[in-house]
Amino acid sequence: MHEDSNFQNFKAIIRCEDPNANLYTFVGSLELEEQQYPLTPQQLLLRDSKLRNTDCIYGAVIFTGRDTKVFQNSTGPPSKRSKVERRMDKIIYFLFGILVLMSFIGSIFFGIATREDLQDGKMKRWYLRPDDTTAYYDPKRAAVAAVLHFLTALMLYGYLIPISLYVSIEIVKILQSIFINQDLHMYYEETDKPARARTSNLNEELGQVDTILSDKTGTLTCNSMEFIKCSIAGTSYGRGVTEVERAMARRKGSPLEEEVTEEQEDKASIKGFNFEDERIMNGSWVNEPHADVIQKFLRLLAICHTALPEVDEENGKISYEAESPDEAAFVIAARELGFEFYERTQTSISVHELDPVTGTKVERSYSLLNVLEFSSSRKRMSVIVRSEEGTLLLLSKGADSVMFERLAENGREFEEQTKEHINEYADAGLRTLILAYRELDEKEYKQFNEEFTEAKNSVSADREELAEEIAEKIEKNLILLGATAVEDKLQNGVPECIDKLAQAGIKLWVLTGDKMETAINIGFACSLLRQGMRQVIISSETPESKTLEKSEDKSAAAAALKASVLHQLIRGKELLDSSNESLGPLALIIDGKSLTYALEDDVKDLFLELAIGCASVICCRSSPKQKALVTRLVKTKTSSTTLAIGDGANDVGMLQEADIGVGISGVEGMQAVMSSDIAIAQFRFLERLLLVHGHWCYRRISSMICYFFYKNIAFGFTLFFFEAYASFSGQPVYNDWFLSLYNVFFTSLPVIALGVFDQDVSARFCLKVGTKFLSFLLTIDKNLMVALIKTSYKSLKHSLFIYKSYRK
Amino acid sequence: MKGRRSSSESSSSSKTKKPQYSKFTQQELSACKPILTPGYVIGIFIIVGVIFIPVGIISLFASENVVEIVDRYDEGCIPPNYSDDMLAYIQNSDTNKTCTRSLKATKLMKSPVYIYYQLDNFYQNHRRYVKSRNDKQLWSKKHEDDTKNCAPEATSNGLSIVPCGLIAWSLFNDSYGFSIKNKMVKVSKKNIAWESDKKHKFGSDVYPKNFQNGVLIGGGKLNSSIPLSKQEDLIVWMRTAALPTFRKLYGRIESDIQANDSVTVIIENNYNTYSFGGKKKLVLSTTTWIGGKNDFLGIAYITVGGLCLFLAISFILVYVVMPRPLGDPAFLSWNRHPAGHQI
Repeated sequence: MHEDSNFQNFKAIIRCEDPNANLYTFVGSLELEEQQYPLTPQQLLLRDSKLRNTDCIYGAVIFTGRDTKVFQNSTGPPSKRSKVERRMDKIIYFLFGILVLMSFIGSIFFGIATREDLQDGKMKRWYLRPDDTTAYYDPKRAAVAAVLHFLTALMLYGYLIPISLYVSIEIVKILQSIFINQDLHMYYEETDKPARARTSNLNEELGQVDTILSDKTGTLTCNSMEFIKCSIAGTSYGRGVTEVERAMARRKGSPLEEEVTEEQEDKASIKGFNFEDERIMNGSWVNEPHADVIQKFLRLLAICHTALPEVDEENGKISYEAESPDEAAFVIAARELGFEFYERTQTSISVHELDPVTGTKVERSYSLLNVLEFSSSRKRMSVIVRSEEGTLLLLSKGADSVMFERLAENGREFEEQTKEHINEYADAGLRTLILAYRELDEKEYKQFNEEFTEAKNSVSADREELAEEIAEKIEKNLILLGATAVEDKLQNGVPECIDKLAQAGIKLWVLTGDKMETAINIGFACSLLRQGMRQVIISSETPESKTLEKSEDKSAAAAALKASVLHQLIRGKELLDSSNESLGPLALIIDGKSLTYALEDDVKDLFLELAIGCASVICCRSSPKQKALVTRLVKTKTSSTTLAIGDGANDVGMLQEADIGVGISGVEGMQAVMSSDIAIAQFRFLERLLLVHGHWCYRRISSMICYFFYKNIAFGFTLFFFEAYASFSGQPVYNDWFLSLYNVFFTSLPVIALGVFDQDVSARFCLKVGTKFLSFLLTIDKNLMVALIKTSYKSLKHSLFIYKSYRK
Repeated sequence: MKGRRSSSESSSSSKTKKPQYSKFTQQELSACKPILTPGYVIGIFIIVGVIFIPVGIISLFASENVVEIVDRYDEGCIPPNYSDDMLAYIQNSDTNKTCTRSLKATKLMKSPVYIYYQLDNFYQNHRRYVKSRNDKQLWSKKHEDDTKNCAPEATSNGLSIVPCGLIAWSLFNDSYGFSIKNKMVKVSKKNIAWESDKKHKFGSDVYPKNFQNGVLIGGGKLNSSIPLSKQEDLIVWMRTAALPTFRKLYGRIESDIQANDSVTVIIENNYNTYSFGGKKKLVLSTTTWIGGKNDFLGIAYITVGGLCLFLAISFILVYVVMPRPLGDPAFLSWNRHPAGHQI
C-alpha cells in the first residue's frame, strides 16, 4: 500500500460521532473488508496540524470547515465588558433622562408661548405671523406644536449623549492594547513571545483587579519537569535539592548548600534531568541490593509512555517528543540511566538496555500490544508488552491514590518505605508517580484483549467508560517497584511578583490539581505562604472521613463529610474572628473533595467569608469545573474584580468565568491562550501588566470618560440655556457646521490623546508603590459616579459662564 | 495535537516577534508631570492675581469713559388719549406718529457718537423667524423668484416678494432726527452695516420688488430704486440678534456733543412693539478701545484676580500656621480611616 495507485480501489466505511467541540475525545470505527477497526483521538489529526517525522500520510477527511473540532472550539472568548463601561452605561441612561426632562420643559414653555401668540384674532408677536403658519408653530394647535417641538428638542440637546464616546473609547482601547503588545518588558526572549491583548475592552479592568486566581503548573511553575529523585525497592536515590527545600531551609534560617546550587547549575545541562546519585548512575546500579527491581524499574520508565524518539542524524543523539513534560522527563531519565529508548513503531518499542550480567549494551525490542491511556479520572497509564522471551508484561504508572489500592498481596513488599518516601518528596514540592508491573498469563490477556477491542470498536458515547472499566479489571494485583519524583520548577521572578502583588493589596488564590502537601510547599516556595502565617487546613482526607467513604451508605457518608467540612469551616471562621494582628495572617488550604461541599449553596457563603478573611488561599486537588465555580463564587459574591491566570486546557473554564482571563502562552498548548483575554509568556509579567498598564489604562479611561461627559454636558447645556432666551423655539445657538463637527472634529483628538498618552506617574513609580495607587484607584472607582456628578456640575457652571459672557 | 509548533518557525529565527524598541512604544517619552506643591500653587495664584487686577481696573476705566445716553420712548411717545389702547394708536395709520424727546449729555461725547435703537422682548432668534429669509434671492437677481423658506411672506398677489421672508417684512421703521441747540445735526447712515454683508450677501443688482404690498403690512418699506446692497438699514436688521434684547446701529453723529448740551430728538414712532409688550429705547454712545459700555469684563477680571490673591494669602497663612511635610501618606484617605479600607 505504498503507491498512490493502490488506493484507487480502496474502500472502507468510517462511522463516527457527530461534529463536536471535544478536542480530546473521538469515537468512531473504520470498517475495512468486513472488519472493524477502532478510531480514537490518536488516529485523528486536528485542523492545522503539521506533518513531522514523515513526508506524507494517507488519510481521509472526517470533518471540514465549520464542523472541524478546532473550529467548533474557536468560539471567541465570551463577551466581557469592563465595570467602568457598565457604569458608564448607567450614566448615559441618566443623561438620557435629563435630556428627556430638558426637552419636556422646553416643550411646555414653547407650547405656552406659541398659544399666546394669537388670542382672539390678535397677534402678539406679529413678526412671527402666527395667523398664517405651519403645524410647528400653530397657536391654534399649540399642543401639537409642543409635541413636535419635543422631538426637535430631543435632536437639539442630543449632544448631552456622547455617542462618539463609544467610538472614541474603542479607538483608545485599541491603541492601549497596542502599547501592551509592544511592551518590551513583557516580551519573553526564550519563547519569542510578546504579550498579547486579545480583547481590547478589558484594559482598564486590569487596574481594578483585587483577586487573582492562579493555576499552579505551568503558571507559577515552568512546566518543564526535572527528574530529581526516585525510590526503588524501598531505597531513595537522588540528591538533588529542590527549590522548595531551599525555600524551606531559608525559612528555617539556615542558608544551606550555596555550593550545591552552583554545582546544580552546571549539571542541569541535560534538560529535564537533574538527578545525581553515584549508586545507580553509570551502570553501577548492578551492584545495588535489589538490582533486579532497579532493572525492572528503569525498563518500565523506558517502555511505559507514549513519547516519540527523534534521532538527530548528525550526532546520533536522541531527543523525545512527549505529550506531557513529565513523560519526557521519565524517558530522558531512563536514557541517562542506561535504558535508551530509541525507536517506536506501530507495534513495538526498541530499547538499548544495559545487561546486568555481561555489563554491555544490548538491543531489546518489546512488541507493544495495548496502551491503556492516561486520563484525569484514571490517573494512571499502562502498557501491555510482550518481551523477547515471550512473557506478557503489564507496566503501569500512576498517582499514589489509585496505585496503592491496586497492588497485589505479594507486591506490597516496599509499600511502607515507598509511602514514606513519597511523603518526603511531596514535602519537597515534587510530583510523584508510583511504578508497578505485573506479569500476565496468555489466557487472561486473550480475554482482556477481546473485551478491550470490542469496547474500543463500539461507536457510542460511553466507549471511553467501557474501555476504562475493562482496563480497570486488568490493572490489579500489581507488584510495586518504586516511585519517581520530578520537580516542577518555579518560573523566574514568581516569588517577587507575588510579594509585590500582595503589597498592592491584590489577593492571590492558587487553584491546583496537585496534592495538598505539594501545593503547600509550592506556596512556601513562591512566598504565598510565609513563616508566621497560621494555616487553616480543611481536608476530607482525614482518617475518619476515609472510613466514612468506605461505608456502604453513600448519601449518609456524603452528609457526614459535609458536616465535617462545615465544622472545619466554622472553626476556621472562629479563628479568623478571634484573631488579632499579633497572631499573623491566616492562610486557607482546602482540598478538592472538601471544596465540593464548601461550594454547595448553603455553605458557600461561610466558605467565602473565611476565604476572604485569609491572606492566602490554596485549593488543591481541584478539578477544572471547581476552578470555574470558585471563580464564579468570588466574582459574584464579592463583586470584586477577578483575574484568572492559567496555561492549560483545564484552566479554560476559569479563564472564561473570571472578569479577566490571562493565558500563559507556555508549553501546554494554545487552548488557554485561545480562551484568554490577554496572553503573556511568564507569570512575572503580571506585575507590570496590572500595576503599570492596568493602572494607566484605568486612569486614562476614567479621566477620558469624565472629560467626555464634561465637554458634552457643557456643550449641551449652553444650547439649553440659549433656548431659554429664544422662547424655546429650537434655534441652536451655534452654527450648524460647528454643531455637527463639534464631536468629530473639534473635540475628539484631545480626549483621545488623554486616553492614550496620559501618565499620572511613570512606570517605575507605579511598580515601586503599586499598593498606594491601587488603593487610591479603588476609592476613585467607588466615587466615579460622584466624580461624574462633580464633572457635570463643573460643566454646568462653565456652560453658564460661557453663556453669561456671551450675553454681555 | 502532535506537531503543533513546526520547525519552520524555529528555523526562521530571524523573524522574531520581539517588539521594536522606541521611546514611543515603550511609553517612555519624556513628559511633564507637575506636582502642585504649596509653593507652586501660591505662586500661580499670586501671578494670576497680580496680572488680572490691573487688567480689570484698566478695562473698567475704559468702560467708565464711555458716555452713554439711554432713552426709553415707547410709552412716552403715546399721546395721553391713547394711553389705554396703545395698540390702536400704533396700528392706526392716520395718527400723528411724530414725537419729540429731549436728552441731556452728561459729559462730553466725542465724535463719532453712535446711535442705536434697542428693542426688548423681541425674539429675532425665534426659529421660525431666523429661517424666514432666502440668501440666494438677496444676493443675485437670477434667484429673484427663489422664495424658499420665506412663507408666509414669500409671495403676494401671485408675485414673489423681494426681499422675502419675515425678517425683511418686519423691518424696523422708526426714524430719528437730531438737533442740538436747535441746530439740526447730520446723521450719517453710511457704513453702518458689515462690509462683508454689503459685498457678499446683498446684491447690488437686486432691487426691492412687490415689498410690503400684502394685506398685512409689517414694518418699514423700501425704496425700490435702491439696490439691496445700499439699503444698510435692512442689512443691519437682517443680521438677526441672538438675544431678545438687542441694539442695532442706526447711524452716527459725526460731531462732538458737549457736556450739558441738550439733544432734541424727533422720533417717527412707527414700529409696533406694543402688541408683545416690547420696549423701545434710543441709545447714544461713544466708544473706546474696549468697544461700548461693558463693565462686565472689568468686574470679572477684578473678581477672579481678587479671589486668586485671597486664596494665595490664605494658603500662605495655612502654610505658616499649620505646616506639614509633603507627601505624608498618613493623610491619605484610606490611612485616615483604616476601617474604611475594607472593600
